[in-house]
Amino acid sequence: MSTATAKHDDHGHDSHGHPTGLMRWVKSTNHKDIGTMYLWFSFTMFLFAGAMAMGIRAELFQPGLQFFQPQVFNQLTTLHGLIMIFGAIMPAFVGFANWQVPLMIGAPDMAFPRLNNMSFWLLIPAALLLVASIFVPGGAVAGGWTMYPPLAIQGGLSMDMSIFALHILGVSSIVGSINIITTIFNMRAPGMTLMKMPMFVWTWLITAYLLIAAMPVLAGALTMMITDRHFGTHFFNAAGGGDPVLFQHVFWFFGHPEVYIMILPAFGILSTIIPTFSRKPLFGYASMVYATTAIAVLSFVVWAHHMFTTGMPVAGQLFFMYSTMLISVPTGVKVFNWVATMWKGSMTFETPMLFAVAVVFLFTIGGLSGLVCAILPVDIQVQDTYYVVAHFHYVLFSGAAMSIMGGVYYWLPKWTGHMYDETLGKWHFWLTTIAFNVTFFPMHFTGLAGMPRRIPDYSQQFAEFNMISSYGAFALGLSQLLFLYVVIKCIKGGAKAPASPWEGAHGLEWTVPSPAPFHTFETPPVVK
Amino acid sequence: MKLQEVALNKRLAWKLSLIVLAGLLFGFAIAPIYDVMCKKFALNGRADSSATLMASGQKIDKARWVTVIFTGNTMPGLDWSFHPKQETMRVHPGEMNLTTYVAKNNGEAGVMGVAVPSVTPELAALYFKKIECFCFKQQTLKAGESREMPVLFYVKTDLPEDVNTVTLSYAFFNGTANNVKLRATN
Repeated sequence: MSTATAKHDDHGHDSHGHPTGLMRWVKSTNHKDIGTMYLWFSFTMFLFAGAMAMGIRAELFQPGLQFFQPQVFNQLTTLHGLIMIFGAIMPAFVGFANWQVPLMIGAPDMAFPRLNNMSFWLLIPAALLLVASIFVPGGAVAGGWTMYPPLAIQGGLSMDMSIFALHILGVSSIVGSINIITTIFNMRAPGMTLMKMPMFVWTWLITAYLLIAAMPVLAGALTMMITDRHFGTHFFNAAGGGDPVLFQHVFWFFGHPEVYIMILPAFGILSTIIPTFSRKPLFGYASMVYATTAIAVLSFVVWAHHMFTTGMPVAGQLFFMYSTMLISVPTGVKVFNWVATMWKGSMTFETPMLFAVAVVFLFTIGGLSGLVCAILPVDIQVQDTYYVVAHFHYVLFSGAAMSIMGGVYYWLPKWTGHMYDETLGKWHFWLTTIAFNVTFFPMHFTGLAGMPRRIPDYSQQFAEFNMISSYGAFALGLSQLLFLYVVIKCIKGGAKAPASPWEGAHGLEWTVPSPAPFHTFETPPVVK
Repeated sequence: MKLQEVALNKRLAWKLSLIVLAGLLFGFAIAPIYDVMCKKFALNGRADSSATLMASGQKIDKARWVTVIFTGNTMPGLDWSFHPKQETMRVHPGEMNLTTYVAKNNGEAGVMGVAVPSVTPELAALYFKKIECFCFKQQTLKAGESREMPVLFYVKTDLPEDVNTVTLSYAFFNGTANNVKLRATN
């Protein structure tokens, strides 16, 4: 059976041209096509959830209720979080993995092309379920993206739809990760030892391990939630002897590795872009590998720092405080290595490099505010305030999302065969970076002053900072339309890109022509 | 791809699925692990004292006073009024004490309720022993019925020195609607 399938595969690749039109995409098992679909899916979700954020900021523009009732506002914050995390950031990185991992290790395709197709197409029903849940009676889930009981147990049909959507996304991620690990371990070009792999491939290898270990734990938590809701169990129901706090433990045991799932591939992108435009090899390659591994291991023993105020013995609080602070050591290794890579390099500032340098700077701010939150007595003050909102947008927007943008500009010439419009790219960069800081920097202040998150109304004293944040947010949202325009313009035309458009770029992906042909490395290259 | 490579890839994929399986099992295993940890370290005001109770040769510590505060509330979906008869009590550690809670069904129909106890500060739960409690049984009240329910308890003599006040709180849930099993322990 398996033999027959494999034979059929070979046959299909060798003797037919690929299908055209819509079916080319529906049936595609080509890593480049699937990567492209992942990226477009992610960008669509990014704009959708971004539009929700515009709604949130419009409501918070002034104190009082202007546009949305609290129930609707809570739906906006909840879905914004869920969709940005599971619909925008994660699929974007999987898109990069699909495009770049085979090209960077000299493999002809992913190890399991059909599973790859399935991983992508599972995203569509999941996204439809999440979006459709807005229109069912009672509206979308409104208890926060973390889905804490008892609210989550009491929620209506939309809660079941969201749980089902997350189950599907989990299956997609797990299958995709097994695919990526297998590709990296078994399909590297001859001569490419593990310690010669590009840093981006390393970070994705470790991310994929985090995914297959953490996503099933989320599946467990969600399954217990379903049985609590419909089958009379009481895992999280205090009336039956369960405990709502148990959910938080299971959720964050998944949730904290998830945080690194969303940042490690970004580190990989930075470690690719910075050496290119500094025209120096990455400083401390081996220490980068070990630091990434250390971050991944530590991510499993810090989860309860999300729950300092739920009641925990002091010994437990201290353990999670210290283990959390420990993460700053490998993260610091990375930041200093990037800075050392730039040190005395012949730097130029094309759009990808602008994004990369900004990410190093802004992510460090987000990392520092994370350390502040890790300090137990401070966390008790700032938890569930806008300080936390500022912190995780500095790591997730200026860390993950802006790395993705930098990566898109960096590899667009390889993907499309055209150079993007450098002037417009720089405009996009500066608008995004400035608007981002105008939006989120004041949130540090409103948070420290005590403004709680996830509430549509606020006290008069926060009015000025909120208005500044809202102006910034509208500018940030509009700037992303420019990004869309630049990408479409680059696909349609532009200066012809050579095989290696960046002077300082090394790696196998730059040895194939631009745009990368449909099939690459059918004969494996040899790495010296 | 050569057939041999395909077989190698499949073998690795199955090995990796073992990690997935382990993750899934661990996700569920957190529930019982959490239960054991809570009882052992008295998290969330829970403590399992059945074993320690047997060995209680407690002397009454007349020199020390501890204030016990009683509170109680009903959860949404239970139309009862529920309150302690006496709101605070000063007790000696080691001394047996009796207090009473009152519950009245204001609804139109008979309802079974379940009370879930909780003790704060959380670490004090290890030292707060209930010998007799209405929370050990399901309480069924007919429409309009009212009931006085006793709690027999003592505070252990080795209660840490810095604890002077202990709060005993109950949350009454609608057991008929929740289809509950009783899990409260002394």
